[in-house]
Amino acid sequence: MAVDALQPATAHARAATGETVGVRIALIAVALVFFGLFVFLPLVVVFLEAFQTGVQGFIAAVTNPDALSAIRLTLIVAAVSVSANLVFGVAAAWAIAKFEFRGKSFLVTLVDLPFSVSPVIAGLVYVLLFGAQGYFGPWLKDNGIAIIFALPGIALATIFVTFPFVARELIPLMQEQGTGDEEAALSLGASGFKTFLFVTLPNVKWALLYGVLLCNARAMGEFGAVAVVSGKIRGQTNTMPLQVEILYNEYAFTAAFAVASLLALLALVTLALKTLLEWRFGDEIAATNGH
Amino acid sequence: MDIRIANVRKEFERYPALHGVSLDIRSGELIALLGPSGSGKTTLLRLIAGLEHPSAGAIYFGNEDASHKSVQERNVGFVFQHYALFKHLTVENNIGFGLKVRPRKDRPSRAEIRRRASELLDLVQLSGLERRFPAQLSGGQRQRVALARALAIEPRVLLLDEPFGALDAQVRRDLRRWLRELHDKIGHTTVFVTHDQEEAMELADRVVVMSQGRIEQVGTPDEVYDQPSSPFVFSFIGESSELPVTVCQGKVWLDDRPLSVPADGVPDGPARLFLRPHDVTVVNESVGAIVGVVTATHRNAGLRRFDLAVGGAHHRIEIALPAADSRDVSGRVAVLPRRWRIYPAGERYSKSQTDVVRGGGASGSVPISGRTGAHEPAA
Repeated sequence: MAVDALQPATAHARAATGETVGVRIALIAVALVFFGLFVFLPLVVVFLEAFQTGVQGFIAAVTNPDALSAIRLTLIVAAVSVSANLVFGVAAAWAIAKFEFRGKSFLVTLVDLPFSVSPVIAGLVYVLLFGAQGYFGPWLKDNGIAIIFALPGIALATIFVTFPFVARELIPLMQEQGTGDEEAALSLGASGFKTFLFVTLPNVKWALLYGVLLCNARAMGEFGAVAVVSGKIRGQTNTMPLQVEILYNEYAFTAAFAVASLLALLALVTLALKTLLEWRFGDEIAATNGH
Repeated sequence: MDIRIANVRKEFERYPALHGVSLDIRSGELIALLGPSGSGKTTLLRLIAGLEHPSAGAIYFGNEDASHKSVQERNVGFVFQHYALFKHLTVENNIGFGLKVRPRKDRPSRAEIRRRASELLDLVQLSGLERRFPAQLSGGQRQRVALARALAIEPRVLLLDEPFGALDAQVRRDLRRWLRELHDKIGHTTVFVTHDQEEAMELADRVVVMSQGRIEQVGTPDEVYDQPSSPFVFSFIGESSELPVTVCQGKVWLDDRPLSVPADGVPDGPARLFLRPHDVTVVNESVGAIVGVVTATHRNAGLRRFDLAVGGAHHRIEIALPAADSRDVSGRVAVLPRRWRIYPAGERYSKSQTDVVRGGGASGSVPISGRTGAHEPAA
């Protein structure tokens, strides 16, 4: 009797925010199907295609001189643009978060601009500025400086496209942290630079690291802007994404996917690194209000 | 270190924060800046520290004009309201920070910094917590680490912004006493900001009462409580009731009844009578007394409290009698103030009356009591 009376109650006992079993299964199924179809499957296909002709074929494809040159160029461009954006991003975030000045909101908008502008346009702008028919083209040519269809142009375009990553990661965190710690350091006699080095930077180190990881991933994968300025000279101005496209258009599927798989691998390594950091330093990250 | 603040004005972009404030702080003194929020007390503290710079006026450290010195050059110990401890540094490194960031030639050795940190931890009674991080400390402990960190640079003056604001009541009381003892031991000139009058009255040698960017009164805790120089100070510190009265040739009228409280020296015209709830006597004779109807009674610890509606306009005043006084107080009651003060109406008083200009418009540290004609009977 007592048990009977309890039965219906337990049957309906679930958290107020819970859903019925049917709804739960349906929602989970939708999520899984989407994940499988749009994320997991493409990733698997990339690696399957890359190894279609076996490990030998894969190695041959990625050790091809053109492929090696593309890998080298991509690494150089990523290194240049990440370090440039590290400096610009930290400086911009520092200015925006810690100081009040006229035109601040304009600067914030400007930082976001590369996100809203199509990368192709970014590339075209550089061609317009530095190309043979561009504003500075003749002068550059006279002085023997090559920007467009050369490494500087590719680096410039990549810097433009990846500009917001570091700054965007830092600004909200720095704004939330305010200037209290900095004032404390200054009142203890620290110079501006030492305050930045010993107080501001440690407070944002995790956000900074995330910003750099994301910036790096995007710098290596950028296609549109780079495609416009690079000229796609094989073995010289081809980055990995451009190389993939060229190979694919030539029906060299295995080679294309081999290079593509390296790019995908890079994305996975970035993610793994991020997860590892979160797992290893989770408490500390939470303590400094990181992500 | 004497500190002299001379006619300091501070304007932020949209609003003025201090209107010509002057104040002398004596060496070794523990002084409280007391006022409601928006009174400018924190701004004044930050101006002394050099975290803000005055729009006009000057701040002297001893005989030297410190107005244009940076916060680093002023060598002040500043304890922030929320402590601003460096989260990524241990307690020991937090305390040693001010020494570690000195230029190489002035920097003590690592071992020396360590020794000083542990000495200071001893002083603030936190020995053994050297390796902890701020997140692993209680609020009271953080407060003391912040203090030790400020003391590590051997500051010329110690400045504390709402030092106990973020702590719960018990810890607050303990720390208050402890800070007073510490101050007596090390003898730094200390200025602290608070909005808690109890804190200011208990802790400070002198209290600076501030309101709307001006200093209302400077005095010992007894002085500001017993001889408040303005209606603001009277009503801000301690409990008080207020009645609108009319003064005519030294006599005080409430509505059309004369009160037997003399008001010598108060100019004729409308005025305001201030009294404290416990400074009244219940009398049988209503002639010359304040007569009111009891509208509510409360028992509060050792006191019985009564709300009285006085006169035709039903002005509310509060009186308090010792609980031991068991006489029946209900219906119509006549009370005589034992102590009171009368201020001419028109004195600047509350935030809502910002436009009322105070006579003379002089700087805030000028003693005001003489000018207001406030009157206190001989007790």
